[in-house]
Amino acid sequence: MASALVAEVARRLARRARWRPFEYAFWLAALASVFLLPGRHLILTEIAWLALFALSLDLILGYAGIISLGHAAFFGLGSYVAALLAKHGVINEPVLALVVSGVCAAVLGFATSFLVLRGSDLTRLMVTLGVALIMREIANQIPDITGGADGLQGVVVVPILGMFHFDIFGHVSYAYCLIVLFVLFLLARRVVYSPFGLSLRAVKGNALRASSIGISVNARLVAIYTFAAFYAGVAGALLAQTTAFASLDVFSFERSADLLLVLIIGGTGYLYGGLIGAVIFKLMQDWIANLTPQYWQFWIGLVLVLIVLVGRDRIGLWTGGVGALAERLTRRLAPGAAPVPVPPGEGR
Amino acid sequence: MPVVLETVGLEKHFGGIAAVAGVSLKIEKGARHALIGPNGAGKTTVINLLTGVLRPSAGRILLEGQDITALEAHRRVQRGLARTFQINQLFLDLTPLETIGLAIAERLGAGAHWWRLIGSNPQVVEEIVEILARFHLTDVMYERTGNLPYGKQRLLEIALAIACRPHVLLLDEPAAGVPEDERHEILATVAALPADVTVLLIEHDMDIVFSFADRISVLVNGALFVDGAPQEVARDPRVKAVYLGESLDA
Repeated sequence: MASALVAEVARRLARRARWRPFEYAFWLAALASVFLLPGRHLILTEIAWLALFALSLDLILGYAGIISLGHAAFFGLGSYVAALLAKHGVINEPVLALVVSGVCAAVLGFATSFLVLRGSDLTRLMVTLGVALIMREIANQIPDITGGADGLQGVVVVPILGMFHFDIFGHVSYAYCLIVLFVLFLLARRVVYSPFGLSLRAVKGNALRASSIGISVNARLVAIYTFAAFYAGVAGALLAQTTAFASLDVFSFERSADLLLVLIIGGTGYLYGGLIGAVIFKLMQDWIANLTPQYWQFWIGLVLVLIVLVGRDRIGLWTGGVGALAERLTRRLAPGAAPVPVPPGEGR
Repeated sequence: MPVVLETVGLEKHFGGIAAVAGVSLKIEKGARHALIGPNGAGKTTVINLLTGVLRPSAGRILLEGQDITALEAHRRVQRGLARTFQINQLFLDLTPLETIGLAIAERLGAGAHWWRLIGSNPQVVEEIVEILARFHLTDVMYERTGNLPYGKQRLLEIALAIACRPHVLLLDEPAAGVPEDERHEILATVAALPADVTVLLIEHDMDIVFSFADRISVLVNGALFVDGAPQEVARDPRVKAVYLGESLDA
């Protein structure tokens, strides 16, 4: 009896990390877009690196509760490192350069993580914002290296793995960004379903209790902040490699603020928020900019206000509802399959 | 019996106020030790100092003979000092299953594993199931903790400390706020704690204190007032005057 219960619990625990139908649908749609939307690959490339950038913020905000208004610091560093590596031919191969850029951002993330360990959300907002501003000013003050306000010109990105040339239609760029996004998404997914990932949620939920059951709260926060900085650095490097350019605006405040917006649109703490948010944000930006080129920020602002008024919880319910509906449909469509009750708290 | 937890001249000042003023306390191995005192006597502050939530202004804390005064809170847990909170401190978005699993994984040094999945270690799962059963939480283990009735949350509060497998357990009013008909469940689990676990209990309810404790320390205005066996403390006229008198007024 007891061993049957143990087996049942082990099974339920293992099922926390199983792939849901909604996830298959999402990635199949992403794959389909490679073949079915060749004319939209330029904007899809932007969506892909933005999604990775937002995924990075979700890791610290949605899982560890660290709010940041300066995530562009890591994005920008990754961007400049990738551009410089390519320009000076230090590391020509894009994939390797991507990893090195991410590692540089992770080092910066580790060094600045100690600033966000303590304090309220407000102090964290200010500290992260400050770090990004400092990074921007440093880049501005060393024009010999960064090109200063003119940006870094003359970047030539060689073919990926020596085989795939970047083209002006963004076909290779999109496939490249999407693969990187998918691989890093899988890694993030594995991490958030691990004991480490669960302990992050515990730290976010109640840091006092977390330390009272032996969790080293600070070490966990440093680890996830560093990890997320790596993701942001890779996202920035993707931008630099796909545009063969880096400029000061990779560090801009607007970039960090937009990122928060992306995550608010998509919702936090279930990994897909940043991805869905990036799709909606970019498409909305593109659509509104075509409609009223001068006033698109007005409309973005209005949407933001509406989202906050409607409330993130209700949006969370909405996405949870879609997930539950998809689950019910798959069960209906698979006759003979035993009905599986959805454990509470899993739907979201 | 050897002393397992000891404080030497422990002090804590908040601004000009001495919440704890020179407490020297010895707790023997396996003891059922109660710390009582009127409201504001500094009982919870003592617990917070012992567990590392607060840093003492002066004095030392020894756990099994070793000085832990400067040790961080989570390191004290790893050394075998666990606590419960007077007001529930739980992970409301997690299930009891995940909550207990966290504590066990942490104790086994697997809490920071970022690649292995939760539940892949059958020994951990077995222990989770055992603890949940012992605290009557099996039927609610998949539910969100925030949705559980208060009595169940209170049980989880204690189960979570037990999952750390402490040598010394600090219970801060375990039955506080629990309805009368659910109290016995909590008290029974506290009474059934293994004999080699040393327990320091903070409690207002004198029935609980006298049925549970084999030694009682009375704290008044941050200082140790009386320290002795239950019969001695019950007979002490000063305790009656200071403590019981005040509790009757309250």
